[in-house]
Formats: sequence, structure tokens, C-alpha cells
Amino acid sequence: MAKNHFDRRKGYAVYLMPGLIGLIAVIILPFLVTVGASFTKWNGVNPPQWVGLANYQRALTDVKFWAAFRNNLLMIIAVTVVPTILGLILSVFLFDYFSKKFGPVLTNFFKAILYIPQILPVAIAGVVWKWILNPNWGSLNTTLKALGLESLVHNWLGDPDTALGVVMVIMVWFQIGYPLVIFMAALQRVDPELLEAAEIDGANWFQKFFYITIHQIRPEIYVVILTTTIYALKLFGQIYVLTRGGPGTSTIVPSYYTYQAFFEQANIGYGSTIATVMTLIIVVLTFAFIRLQVKQEANGEG
Amino acid sequence: MERDNNMLKKRHFASPVHKYIALAAMIILVAITLYPVVMIALNAFKSPQDYASHGPMSFPTSFYTQGLIDFWNRVTFEKKLLNSALISSSVAIFGVILSLLNAFALGIGKIKGKAFLLVIFLLGNFLPQEALVYPLYYFAKALHLYDTKLVVIIVFTVIQSAFGTYLLTSVFSEFPKELIEAAIIDGASKSQILSRIVMPLSMPTLSVLFVFYFIWTWNEFFLPLILLISSSNQTVPIAIATLQGQFNMDVTTSAASALLGVLPCLIFFLLFQRTLTRGITAGSIK
Repeated sequence: MAKNHFDRRKGYAVYLMPGLIGLIAVIILPFLVTVGASFTKWNGVNPPQWVGLANYQRALTDVKFWAAFRNNLLMIIAVTVVPTILGLILSVFLFDYFSKKFGPVLTNFFKAILYIPQILPVAIAGVVWKWILNPNWGSLNTTLKALGLESLVHNWLGDPDTALGVVMVIMVWFQIGYPLVIFMAALQRVDPELLEAAEIDGANWFQKFFYITIHQIRPEIYVVILTTTIYALKLFGQIYVLTRGGPGTSTIVPSYYTYQAFFEQANIGYGSTIATVMTLIIVVLTFAFIRLQVKQEANGEG
Repeated sequence: MERDNNMLKKRHFASPVHKYIALAAMIILVAITLYPVVMIALNAFKSPQDYASHGPMSFPTSFYTQGLIDFWNRVTFEKKLLNSALISSSVAIFGVILSLLNAFALGIGKIKGKAFLLVIFLLGNFLPQEALVYPLYYFAKALHLYDTKLVVIIVFTVIQSAFGTYLLTSVFSEFPKELIEAAIIDGASKSQILSRIVMPLSMPTLSVLFVFYFIWTWNEFFLPLILLISSSNQTVPIAIATLQGQFNMDVTTSAASALLGVLPCLIFFLLFQRTLTRGITAGSIK
């Protein structure tokens, strides 16, 4: 077997075959079918009929479609904005103050507990909260009654005015551990000499936080923002368990709307349209993020 | 003067009052985080009468397991555990193998079009499952694979391996070249390089991937909900989520059902906590 410079790269491509075949069968082909179906009227039984952009036109004037994406923006607040900010503050607090006063063991113990919601299947987390929020016998209302706060007893998930807000609070509870764990790890990279130098120069805690800490862990902040924003768009299990998108359309999200179109209304064309729009948003977000990261690296950041 | 000021501030900041306020704040935060899980655990072991008379915050007056047993038997929970374990461990094994093969070609072999292929693989991670679900459902039906564990295993092996392909490829791009060169000179074949050099040296990363794939697959909801319709094939999260409200469950049986969904994950967490935090960090940085 002659091995020379020219065939050193050869013989590797065959190892990619199983992965590539799987990728085509499970991801690429289904995705192309979905995009194709978004231009058709199809109930899954009869042959699909080409309708051009009709589904997209319908989406433009579909109140429920806009409600789903509006709710999605609110979910980004609950899944990305609030947990990232809280996670930053909390991780700096734990890393900079708490672990110095109480030691790493207690700090890590608290960090682990705050991460627990993240390890639950989303649907199970939903089941747990649904039990607590049950209007008749849930522990929240029962406790409020016992405390004499009868006026606060409420059908939390059954009232269109409160349902979305409650789901958002649950999502903050669910998400907070993720940025916390990532930022705590990132903070170990921050050069303590930099902070000491800043302190000698008279920088206060806030200045150190904004100009040094945040700056140094920027790559992780971007990753958290990107992954959680995409995650917000894919929220399904919680909505399925907690509210099924209701009451009315008050907690409808894009993912649940596609599910309804596909499997409740047998409107494959329209469901595919919503799924395609979701994909487009994710692709745009991802490219914007990669560009930002490349720009950062070009500026000499890691 | 400046220095003195700083010293003063420091001493003030370090005062025990601040210390205990900080501790109290953390305890409150932890209590809020644990509140739902503690509520479920506390009330799963109460009789409905106990709950009705003492409410959710009290300790059970007696250790009541009837709700747990009833729910377990009604859903044949051991079957759901077995389904979840079978699907998750198969996906973990095949997913790790597939990631290793992909990354071997891309990271060690550096085959042509590496960057493009890597982006294509990342699609598996980024495309929303909503954009795949209907065709997958349709193909599965056409191939008589609908409502089988096999189709779920195949689909998630491919979807999960995207992450590992990406992670391992970047790990392999720093793989010591001399080792491979030396093996080639000794006449080692590609498969020997993979099985005797690359694989043993990447075992730590592979084990992190295994744990991740297992837990991710265990927690999956959307696709298994659609692809596994019969009760005998369902996984733990699907069974528990879809059975809420189907039976006329009393309040404590309902808590017991939620507890049965939470427990396996808590066990994984305790077993794999170190691996998990290590892996989350690794995945986020590169």
C-alpha cells in the first residue's frame, strides 16, 4: 500500500457516508418537502395542489399568525432577555462575592439547584406547574386561601389576561440555570489582574462589571442570546401541556400553530408555510450572529 | 485618600450583615426554584383526604403510596421507562458512533468541502423540528415505520449527531498530527487509525456526548408525540403529558404522576452532574 502525499486525504470520505445519508433522509429531504408544501393546498390525503404564494398571502392577514409571532416576541423576553440579565447579575454575584464569603462548595450547590429546572423534560415541567396552578385544588390557590388572600385566588391559566404572563414566569423559572452555568464558567477566564488594575485606577464595581467582565465574556453572552432566542421560537411542550395555545389565541406560539395546522386541521400547506417562516427567522438570526462573531474576532476578541 | 476610601468601602462590604443578607437572598431564590418540585414530592405521598383537610404545605400525615401505585399501574409505567431507556440509549450509542465517523472524515481527514459540509451538518441542529415533522410523519407512514421505536431512534440519531459532529470536528482539528503520520508510516489503515488512535484518545469527549444524547433524547417531546401514537410505544414524558386529564385523577394521584416524570431526570442529574456542567460549557465556547 503506497502512501504518498496525494492520497493522504483519500479514504476518509467513505466515513462520511452514513452521516450524509442520514442527514439527507431525516433533515434535508423533509425540509425541502416542507418548503415545497408551503406553496400548495394539501390535506395529506389527496395530491397537493399548487397555489403559489396564496398561503403566504393568507398569513399576512391571519390574526392568529400575527398573534403567534407577537407572543413569540414576548417569549423571547421570558426566555432570553430576563434570564440573560438575571444570569449575568447572579453569576457575577456568586463568583465575585458569594463564593469568596461562603466557599466554592455552597456556591456550587446553589448553582446546581438553580440548574435543576433545565434538566426536566419541558412537558414534565409543564405538568408540575399545571398541578400547582390548578384553579380548584392547585397548591397556589389553596395556599392563598389559607393565608386569607381570597381576593388573589385566580384561574391563572384559564384567564386570557393572565395566561401568557404566567407562562412567561414559568419560562423564566425554567431557563435561569442555563445562562448562569455558562456565565459562571466564562467568568473563570476573566483575568483577575485586569480587575485589580482597574481597581487601582479607581474603577468602582459597576465600572468593572460593564467595562471588563461583560466585555471579557461577550462570546458566551452571544451564544446564550442566540441559542435561547432560537429556543423561544421552538417552544412547544410547555404550551401543549399548560394551555394548548388558549384561552382563545392568548398563548398561541408559532410551533403550536404549525402543530394545529398539520394534525388538527389537516392543512399541511398552511402549516408548512408557518414552519418555513420560522426557519427563515432562525437562519437570519444565525447568520447575523455568525457575522457578529466574525467581526468580533477580527477586532481581536476571542 | 482614594486608597483609604477603597479600604473603607471594602471593610463595609465585608461586614457580616451584608454576608447574611446575601445568604438569605440565595436561600429565597433556591426555595423559589425548588418550590414546584417540593410541592409535587410532598403531595404525591398524601391521601386526597389528607390534602383536602391539611392543604398542600403540610407534611403527609401518613406515608400514602396508593396514588403512585394507581398511576403506575394504569399507565404501565415500567413499560414507559423501558421505552424511554431503549430509545435514549440507542440514540446515545448510534449518535456517538455517527458523530465520530463524521468528525473523523471532517476533522482528521479534512476532506474537500469541509467547511460547507460542516454547515450542512449544523442544519440538523438549527432547523426547527416543525419544518421536518410532517414529511417525517408522512414518510414513516409510507415505509410502515410509523409508531415504531425504530423511526424515533433513526430520526434522533441523525438530529443529535449534528452537535457531536460539530464539537468533535473542532476537537479533532487540534489532534496531534504526528500520531496519525506515524501510524500511516507503520502501515495502519484508516479504520485502524480510527479505532486504535482517534477513538481511545477522544473517549472523554465521547462520554460527554453519550450522556448528553441520552438526556436530550429522554427529554424530547415534539417529534415523539407525533411519531409514537400507541400507548405501548410511548416514552415517559409523552405518556405523562398526554394522560393528564384523560383519567379522572384525584389531586394527589396527579401529583404522583408528575413526580414519576421528575424522578428519572433528578437521578440522571445526580449521576451525571459533573459531566453535564463540563459539557454545557464545552458546547458553548466552541
